[in-house]
Amino acid sequence: MAHQPLVVAVELDGFGAHPAAWRASTERPDAVLDPAALRRTVLAAENAGFAFATFDDALTTTDATAHPAEVAARLDAIVRASFAGPLTTRLGLAPRVQPRSVEPFHLAAQLASLDIATLGRAGWVVGDDDQPGLADALDRVVPETPEARRQEVRDVVTTVRRLWDSWEDDAVIKDVTTGRYIDADRVHNVEVTTATFSVHGASITPRPPQGHPVVIAPEDVLDPSLADVTLVAGPDAEEVAFRAERARRQGATRVLAEIAVVLDDDTAPGAGGQGNRGSAAQRLAALDAHVPWQPDALRFVGSSFGLVALLEQLAPAVDGVRLHPAVLTSDLRVLTRQVLPRLHATRLARAPRLGQSLRDVLGLDRPENVFSRKDVA
Amino acid sequence: MTTANPAHAAATAGAAPAPITRPDAQVHFGVFFQGVNHHTVWSDPRSGSQTDFASFVHVSRTAERGLFDAFFLGEGLRLRESHGRLHDLDVVGRPDAITQLSALAALTSRIGLVATQNTTYNDPADLARRLASLDVLSGGRAAWNVVTTDNAWTGANFRRGGYLDHEDRYVRAEEIVRAAQAIWDSFADDAVATSRDAASWAQPGSVAPVAREGRTLRTHVTPTVPRSPQGHPVLFQAGDSPAGRTFAANNVDVIFSAHGSDLDDALAFARDVRRRVVAAGRPADDVKIFPGTSFVLADTEAEAREKQRWLVREQVTPATSLSLIGQIWGEDLSHLDPDGPLPDHDPVARPIDGTRGAARQGADPTAIARALRTRAEQEGLSIREVVIATDRGHNGFVGTPDSVAERLIRFVRTGAADGFNISPWLVPDGLDDIVDRLVPALQERGAYRTAYEGTTLREHLGLRAPLTRRQANGTERTAVGA
Ligand SMILES: Cc1cc2nc3c(=O)[nH]c(=O)nc-3n(C[C@H](O)[C@H](O)[C@H](O)COP(=O)(O)O)c2cc1C
Repeated sequence: MAHQPLVVAVELDGFGAHPAAWRASTERPDAVLDPAALRRTVLAAENAGFAFATFDDALTTTDATAHPAEVAARLDAIVRASFAGPLTTRLGLAPRVQPRSVEPFHLAAQLASLDIATLGRAGWVVGDDDQPGLADALDRVVPETPEARRQEVRDVVTTVRRLWDSWEDDAVIKDVTTGRYIDADRVHNVEVTTATFSVHGASITPRPPQGHPVVIAPEDVLDPSLADVTLVAGPDAEEVAFRAERARRQGATRVLAEIAVVLDDDTAPGAGGQGNRGSAAQRLAALDAHVPWQPDALRFVGSSFGLVALLEQLAPAVDGVRLHPAVLTSDLRVLTRQVLPRLHATRLARAPRLGQSLRDVLGLDRPENVFSRKDVA
Repeated sequence: MTTANPAHAAATAGAAPAPITRPDAQVHFGVFFQGVNHHTVWSDPRSGSQTDFASFVHVSRTAERGLFDAFFLGEGLRLRESHGRLHDLDVVGRPDAITQLSALAALTSRIGLVATQNTTYNDPADLARRLASLDVLSGGRAAWNVVTTDNAWTGANFRRGGYLDHEDRYVRAEEIVRAAQAIWDSFADDAVATSRDAASWAQPGSVAPVAREGRTLRTHVTPTVPRSPQGHPVLFQAGDSPAGRTFAANNVDVIFSAHGSDLDDALAFARDVRRRVVAAGRPADDVKIFPGTSFVLADTEAEAREKQRWLVREQVTPATSLSLIGQIWGEDLSHLDPDGPLPDHDPVARPIDGTRGAARQGADPTAIARALRTRAEQEGLSIREVVIATDRGHNGFVGTPDSVAERLIRFVRTGAADGFNISPWLVPDGLDDIVDRLVPALQERGAYRTAYEGTTLREHLGLRAPLTRRQANGTERTAVGA
């Protein structure tokens, strides 16, 4: 195969991507609150050899009584990713965070801390800020026009990257002779002023192992040139390839296609709800009977062979995929047992190796520090 | 630095014979990690990384092995400066507390996980949710150490800048804590379906949207995190002003105090707190007091004192002595000779801003400087010697494990404290001898648990249900730790 192996990521939020997934899960309805269930899920993803896992999130829901059928609980994604950190050794961990719902100063420290605790496996899925309820939840006035929102996303990403650079890698010197723990000349105030916020100082947290945790963003949320990984979604493979090409022209470094998956699952006897087993089409019909599902992404419904064929078809156009299993306890298991082994055996994809950073896995360079670069110039 | 008060003297001499009012009281421990101040010795060959995750793992697991109630992380939202420049002599750099504790939650099973979080520069809905998430994932082991740092110097790192008047810091603190409690209480106890075949995932109407409009905040949010096994994250408070103490009496479960070396001082503080707690309509023992402290342990008293002398010289390096004097005088004095005399002029008149790293908040620098000069002249001390003689590093317990155990037991049994929040001066091994030697000495005296009895932090601390979860008649609505 001429091209690089595909990067295969997986979304692990909740019970799966389908809004009725909790009914088909073998986990109890309160499993979204259960540390043991989270542990099982991330270990399954790591053992399968996924490159990284993402954790969808939102600060609030719209009124839970308006959608009583859907899961109304969700733990903070950074907290979940961080909890998963010491339980895993190779899996990248990328929480989704809305730039608007956080202080850039806090977010930079949170993601740097995740990267330090995971020895360089952290990413950040930049969330879509146009979320119902978000502006009301926040204790400040937020920009409302789409262009102002987009600008704020750009500003937060740029500021967070500057904060990651505010410590040079070798800032801690522990010079016993002079009594200096740190070289003050290697720590820099970021001095950012934007239309909606300003940040003066250096981060409270040292520069993380990857320099910058991997910034992952949908093409319509952040300019591809500002992301490390751009996510593209489209109704079919042709459209995905077209958008991937467009993102590259706009400066994307790595492009991953979003694919929602519902797979034939005839392997599991016993446990689980009615939607759990059967052909992919039967399973989807059973799930949709509870709540219809219209994912934005390309959706694959079929056999594990069919999914492998789709990935082969996409491979020339994209650097990888992010899979959204409809029901984790069914589709993640089929991915683990039937799809990933095939991808690895045929070298269409490669499992991360021990000691690789998420940047290594994605073939991304460790970014230069803007502040030390200035010194050189 | 102004209170030259060797703790061992105060505690062994037992300045005032305080009565034993609680003969069965147990000593509890927490560990405060890591202090970004000169008491953490980074220059010793045994000193490891201050920031590597492995150091945090070692300390938290050692504390759990020692059956501690809690592992604490401090917070400072702007790197300390002296004279407009990054302060470079002490440990710098900390992780985000909740993120780090979430990772440690996966590697520990019993110890409480306390995140120091600022009330002024956090968003209520976001902060409440992150704390609740940690609380749920840790099985009911989370706590929030509520701190109020409000100055514009810190605010320069945040969206709203220095928006809050200093007098309003506890107005904001109370509003954000109350908003957090409402957010934590939004799910009914039986909200979540117990079967996949239920009509809906959440019982209709079982998740109450929260709307708060106060003087300093507004939020309208439908929360997404139900209560943990301990009901709410435990609330700690660290802040010493009268307003801070009243806030604590009205709102929190535990005070992290700076009154733990001198028994009389600790008793006076405890009496003041209990008076405020009762005035707030709560049982006197509803708020636990955990002074910050440190230990120097050795086989004999003489060895311990020798070790203490060594330690203070490690902490107060020549450069640090000049820096500490410079903070009092308000000017850069790094050019002076640390082995020479103090400056003979008075400090420039200006308020010391305590949150820039100094603990002498609000104290008058001229008075401090004059006291130091008088002491130096009387005893013929150099700059470094007078700093060493008056350093707060003395404010810990120095002795053999047995003698220190006796003094700690006296603190808790006279009601001066409920436990101690230990700052190890060496990372990551500074807790090892405390767990290996002091904890057994306490256990032999029947004054320290020999196993965790509960699983939640609220249970370790012996707390009642969260304040919002008690009924008017004082009985508890929910079984804690169920
Ligand atoms: C023992 C102790 C520990 C503290 N630790 C912190 C800390 O880690 N981070 C912080 O921002 N403030 C810390 N503070 C500062 C207080 O929380 C508070 O913001 C400050 O003292 C102002 O409140 P006050 O006027 O009531 O004293 C601490 C205070 C005390 C007494």
